[in-house]
Amino acid sequence: MTAAAPVLLLAPEDNVLIAVADLPIGHRVSDGQREIVLREAVPLGHKLARHPILAGAKIIKYGAAIGSATRAIAEGEWVHLHNLASDYLATPVLEGSPVSPDEDHVA
Amino acid sequence: MRGWLRQDGRKGIRNVLVVAYLVECAHHVARAIAERHDGGDVQLIGFPGCYPNDYAQMMMERLCCHPNVGAVLLVSLGCESFARGRLLEVVRASGRPASLLVIQEAGGTRSTIERGRAWVQAALPVLAAMPTTDLAPGELVVGTICGGSDGTSGLTANPAIGRAFDRLIAAGAAGIFEETGELIGCEGHMASRAATPELAAEIVATVEKAARYYTTLGHGSFAVGNADGGLTTQEEKSMGAYAKSGASPIVGLLKPGDQPVGGGLYLLDVVPDGEVRFGFPNISDNAEIVELIACGAHVILFSTGRGSVVGSAISPVIKVCANPDTYRRLPDDMDIDAGRILEGRADLDTVGAEIAGLVEAVASGEPTCSEALGHQEFILTYKSFTPAGPACLPARAR
Repeated sequence: MTAAAPVLLLAPEDNVLIAVADLPIGHRVSDGQREIVLREAVPLGHKLARHPILAGAKIIKYGAAIGSATRAIAEGEWVHLHNLASDYLATPVLEGSPVSPDEDHVA
Repeated sequence: MRGWLRQDGRKGIRNVLVVAYLVECAHHVARAIAERHDGGDVQLIGFPGCYPNDYAQMMMERLCCHPNVGAVLLVSLGCESFARGRLLEVVRASGRPASLLVIQEAGGTRSTIERGRAWVQAALPVLAAMPTTDLAPGELVVGTICGGSDGTSGLTANPAIGRAFDRLIAAGAAGIFEETGELIGCEGHMASRAATPELAAEIVATVEKAARYYTTLGHGSFAVGNADGGLTTQEEKSMGAYAKSGASPIVGLLKPGDQPVGGGLYLLDVVPDGEVRFGFPNISDNAEIVELIACGAHVILFSTGRGSVVGSAISPVIKVCANPDTYRRLPDDMDIDAGRILEGRADLDTVGAEIAGLVEAVASGEPTCSEALGHQEFILTYKSFTPAGPACLPARAR
């Protein structure tokens, strides 16, 4: 806890980490055990994959499923509307909102 | 910790004289009686409606007989339909000094204010002379709520409150969390934490009820802007709020005014039963706080990211600030700086322990920021509920 922690692991069984700062591509973060290299930029408050995640697998945050992967997700990849869908309700999205990592998503 | 022992065996952490108006038409007179005293020992509550409502009647009874309340002055206009005689009877039967002033019978505004002030002047020394007794952590009831949330709420303040809940409940306290409308998607997880299969079924049903109610109102919990902050799904947003509940088993499901049966974690169902009537379930955060207090909560843990400044009548509110920038902007209003987790200056366990420690300090008399600033918000509106079934409180059935 000396340097600012760039990511949070909210529960030990989680397969995503939470960025606590705007993190650039190539940034190295740690989940407390291993190092993970960011495959793309991840904004503050957003999720990145802690491990490779199979298509259809549950995304676990707070130790609970928050939806399912809509495609395979690589370790260090940003996890958001483009690769994660609710198991309950479709998420409302404003027209023009960035939903893929190719678009500008940094707030 | 020390508390005031009430006739029903519960102990209060404050000894407040409450002035309660029973219709909006009596609000000015009640306020004029209460406002002489800005030390926090005389507080104003009330119900604005003229038409009868069982929920409001029950809520006023529970609030006037809350363990933090030592004496009660009721102020009625005279022609409203609130059952003032019954409320007075209930408060007197609880052993508290109580009186009723009816403006239409007391000679109007000036005369009622004078009589009310005289009654308060005479009652305050009686309150001050009431003895205190030791209060154990296991006698506390703690509620939690979030308001003015942002993307940091679910990362810092809410999970830290969850850790504090785990500590307080392990020490024997009762913890209450709420807003089933914000827990849509968590019902399966909550059911898996329920003490009995019957309680699990009640929890799932109550979240389904909330989902139906909000759908009828055309009001969803997930706002488009949530996605900008990093939230992807409804259940993810719900989990952020749900994190306040910690990891203890859920031992009961309460409706407003129901009292916990011993220690443990309880879910409070704040969404009315039956068809949609009277509009939104809770029109603002304080409506939820009042319902937690009616369930006996001595103190409220309030998580905020954007920066709510509210307190409450009757029970102290501890503000846990999720966002480090907000904490720096509103330092006088915030009791706990949970946002420093984001800056690597603390972890969830440290902040959780700090919150649990502050609950004990506040229960020992230390004022919260909102108390020191004079906040005493209160709101009570129309609602209707059917009583909770026996499966909701397994400990009572035993």
